[in-house]
Amino acid sequence: MSTAQAAGAETTRQATAPPKKGITERHRAERKLAWMLCAPAVIAMLIVTGYPICYAVYLSLQRYDLRFPDDKEFVGLNNYADVLTSSTWWGGVWNTVIITVVSVSLELVLGMAIALVMHRAIFGRGPVRAAILIPYGIITVVAAFAWKYAFDPTSGFVAGLPLISDTAQPLNTHGGSLVVIILAEVWKTTPFMALLLLAGLSLVPDELHEAAKVDGASTVQRFFRITIPLMKPAILVALLFRTLDAFRIFDNIYIIQPGGALNTESVSILGYNVTINRVNVGLGSAISILIFVCVILIAIFFVKALGTSTAQQTGEAK
Amino acid sequence: MTHTARERVLWGIGILVVLLYALIPVVWITSLSLKTPTEVGDRKFFSGFSFDNYDVIFSDDTFLAALINSIGIASIATVISIVLAAMAAYATSRLNFTGKALILSGALAVAMFPPISIVGSLFDMWRAVGLYDTWPGLIIPYMTFTLPLAIYTLSAFFREIPWELEQAAQVDGATPFQAFRKIIVPLAAPGVFTAAILVFIFAWNDFIFANTLTSTDNARTVPAALAFFTGASQFEQPIGAVCAASVVVTIPIIVMVLIFQRRIVAGLTAGAVKG
Repeated sequence: MSTAQAAGAETTRQATAPPKKGITERHRAERKLAWMLCAPAVIAMLIVTGYPICYAVYLSLQRYDLRFPDDKEFVGLNNYADVLTSSTWWGGVWNTVIITVVSVSLELVLGMAIALVMHRAIFGRGPVRAAILIPYGIITVVAAFAWKYAFDPTSGFVAGLPLISDTAQPLNTHGGSLVVIILAEVWKTTPFMALLLLAGLSLVPDELHEAAKVDGASTVQRFFRITIPLMKPAILVALLFRTLDAFRIFDNIYIIQPGGALNTESVSILGYNVTINRVNVGLGSAISILIFVCVILIAIFFVKALGTSTAQQTGEAK
Repeated sequence: MTHTARERVLWGIGILVVLLYALIPVVWITSLSLKTPTEVGDRKFFSGFSFDNYDVIFSDDTFLAALINSIGIASIATVISIVLAAMAAYATSRLNFTGKALILSGALAVAMFPPISIVGSLFDMWRAVGLYDTWPGLIIPYMTFTLPLAIYTLSAFFREIPWELEQAAQVDGATPFQAFRKIIVPLAAPGVFTAAILVFIFAWNDFIFANTLTSTDNARTVPAALAFFTGASQFEQPIGAVCAASVVVTIPIIVMVLIFQRRIVAGLTAGAVKG
């Protein structure tokens, strides 16, 4: 909305501006200033992301192992073939997909619940807001240690809880480790989801709820028929950011199951292990590029969905 | 609006659940950090109250070096990122020029960029140019990866500023610099401050760059140092010390969150919803 307003103000200003020559000259000066102001940020982003990603593409086409630097040679798509035919890569993809889908779904439900509690809070809104910002602000590595030590078979409090077996050792199994990793991820990032959803909730006009109430709609009906459809863009934006973020999961796994032990490797952990630990830069770069492609595909999917839902809404509004 | 006693009790329970959810892990590491090695295995909350672990970490050079690295690197990255982002945000929110959409979508692309895709290249590049295991070696990626967040947050705030005031002040006889200094700076300060908090939290939190682009106390930040923490002997897991160090680095975050909660929420949602 603010963008539309700004654009509107811009047209008015141009319409009232003096003769044409003045506009072009002023426009040129404005453009020059704008580019000078943006240049440092643009250059920094190009140097730190644009160049390295191109360099990674180049490296991914080489046989390049830092242990045997003299064997460096162009091997075409061999590295990609090696990665795509290895069960380790597909195991990593599978883990990443499970962690992403399960944790983002849980976050959506929990985040919505927290957003509703905060939106309709009778009292105590401040303390709740401060409390949920703690998981957001805390260092991921610290949060991962907290959950790891909570589930630790010898010192964790979880095994000492009633209803949970004293000998439960989730961190010694593959499935149990994934559960703890997902729990740590959900705990840390639900607040971010909740805050984005809360902002979306506050855009839903109260009058619509009042009108639906008069027409006899129940709370549940109003939630699914009014709140959710109107919040769709906010939900999609939150899902986009969280899905991309969850897909890149690294810190939690690195701490909870060092090195991705018990086959808990995510694709990022796999890329790290191959590039940094095994110093096989060529193969690792191929993994990096494949992750990059996955991220682009996820982003395109959500941006398309967002485009459709916004188009639908403006269509309805007309 | 009045609420029945039942509604109040229900909301009270809801709030309590949210508070427990948010605080349990923090309370647990605090509790562990206060235990002696004999108490660590008892699985109880607050069974011990000893500051031995804190003595250990504050006499540990590795941790102290990491703490200084973290504070220095995160602060410098924040300042540079905010200055560059403020310039770009001013241009994108105030000026009309071709290429604006390109810059904003480029920033969005960087925001979605997976860091793991470039750590290999950066590792190789930084070693070639001598930035490996140095402060600038981490400041540069932190600054860059926080630019999109800072640009979007700042543009959202800058759009709300009534810029006509600047001209009005100049009409009243203020010099351009005075108009900027006395009118625009105070109006822009809250937005700049909010963006700075978010950027600082990002840099303070990062693990993947800190882990891959450093190797010694020279530039290793706290998250990486924690991951490589070892006890007196290599086989003894220093749970108490790790927890004490964790508590120390969590305190500043909790203080920031308590003081600036409104701003943080405004910044997080401004960047995502309006951008």
